[in-house]
Amino acid sequence: MIKVANLTKYYGKRLAVDNISFNVEKGEIVGFLGPNAAGKTTTMRIITGFLAPTRGDVWIAGHHVLDQPLEARRHIGYLPEAVPLYTDMTVRSYLDFCARIRGVDQNRLKSRLGEVIEMCHLEEYRDSIIGKLSKGFRQRVGVAQAIIHEPEVLILDEPTIGIDPIQVAMTRQLIKGLGKEHTILISSHVLPEVSMICERVIIIHEGHIVAEDRIENLSSLISGGRRIRLEIEGPKEKVIERLRGIDGVLRVGYDEHYYIVECPAERDLRGQITEAIVQAGWTLLSLESVEMSLEDIFLKLTAEEETPRE
Amino acid sequence: MNNIATIALKEFKSYLSSPMAYIVTGIFLVLTGFFFSMSPSTYSETSARGFLEAAGMLLLLLASVLTMRLLSEERKIGTIELLMTAPLRESEIIVGKFLGSLGTLVAMLALTLYYPILLMLFGDPDLGPIATGYLGLFLLGATSLAVGVFASSTSSNQIVSAVVSGGILFALWFLGAAADLLPKALGQVIGYLSIAYYFPDFMTGVVDTRGIVYYLSVTVLFLFLAVRSLENSRWN
Repeated sequence: MIKVANLTKYYGKRLAVDNISFNVEKGEIVGFLGPNAAGKTTTMRIITGFLAPTRGDVWIAGHHVLDQPLEARRHIGYLPEAVPLYTDMTVRSYLDFCARIRGVDQNRLKSRLGEVIEMCHLEEYRDSIIGKLSKGFRQRVGVAQAIIHEPEVLILDEPTIGIDPIQVAMTRQLIKGLGKEHTILISSHVLPEVSMICERVIIIHEGHIVAEDRIENLSSLISGGRRIRLEIEGPKEKVIERLRGIDGVLRVGYDEHYYIVECPAERDLRGQITEAIVQAGWTLLSLESVEMSLEDIFLKLTAEEETPRE
Repeated sequence: MNNIATIALKEFKSYLSSPMAYIVTGIFLVLTGFFFSMSPSTYSETSARGFLEAAGMLLLLLASVLTMRLLSEERKIGTIELLMTAPLRESEIIVGKFLGSLGTLVAMLALTLYYPILLMLFGDPDLGPIATGYLGLFLLGATSLAVGVFASSTSSNQIVSAVVSGGILFALWFLGAAADLLPKALGQVIGYLSIAYYFPDFMTGVVDTRGIVYYLSVTVLFLFLAVRSLENSRWN
């Protein structure tokens, strides 16, 4: 549905996206992850046709974004990072305008407006001036404009940034629901969000794709191993020393007031650890096994990426 | 065609709901009204020349203010992404915006129609020059708006846009005055390029095709430049 081939983009002399290629199949929800200035927004702007690439090609539903721009854009719904709202318009007149410029059929227009307003839970605000809405509602209006013409492809750039947690949850649910009918590419730097919504992740850093896989495969890809998080009452230096001494422990970290012990996936060292701490006369307050989160994977990948450059 | 109408209508409505258009219209009416009422003592004839003369130059200024928002604001608040990723041609966006502002200009000019109506109530004016005067104002206004649309497409700062379009328009206007200082042949050529050159004829009732062609060509030229400037922004 989305095909990106050898995409490169320079802003003047600065390289923003460096020769990236990926595909998004019909019906997939793909997360596009990366820190700020990784090239996410640039890539999305090229996919939607807002920017032209320096080199490379993008096809949307078989249409090349530069050679058949109008056809390609007809298939895309796009929510940019800065939600593009005319703050002097009402929700309804804004959506009406968006529907018209996206070529929604006259006969379908009215019923479609109603549908979208209902889907995005904007019923009470349909006649409100957009400028007076809260950020969360503005975001929903943004989603509404992206789906009004029933596009096959949805490109969502940081759809939950800067809105409160309840609104975030609602927006996520909305996106997840949309995934049933649309092919979605969603960018984010909120990692748990991506693991909640997406089936597959593309991780981008400094214009390169550093990893691309299904979420469940990614953690094994990194040979993550097992991690145990401990809360221990005792002298920090000595505790760390003691933990390091246990046979099989790969690494010991200390973060705020938790100790993180890494050990190979096939060995369960929880018994030995407990024993060691109790023997030393310290108090074990908590112990839990933690999975490697997307955040860890991400940090690890980008850190590895940086090492050879230095 | 539909797309152009959609954008033009949206822009026109947006003018109606923003204070700017009312302020501009208010200033226009106050100033032209002043010159209109002074007119009888200047010309001692039943004509709208006082109003028309003043309105011409005022239009340059007001067109710059009226159009500065059109694309600059879209760039500033990011709605340009909405337009540029919709299945619209750049030319449809530009022409739509231009027509939206032209609608506002026509409404503004329509509000001044009570000057000739007053003349007709209290005297027996020659309607010919008044009609052609309005035609001239319309053409001059359209040209000024096109220059403004172009200026607005070049910057995300409204003030910069207004200054750029004001600069271009006044340069085109005073080209006529500059022409007098140049050697004859060259001066004449430069004079032909002035936006002010053809306007006086319209006020006296002469419809000069050269004038119509000039205003329309300059309008088309600047709309074309605006389209190119918009296309260009994809490649930055």
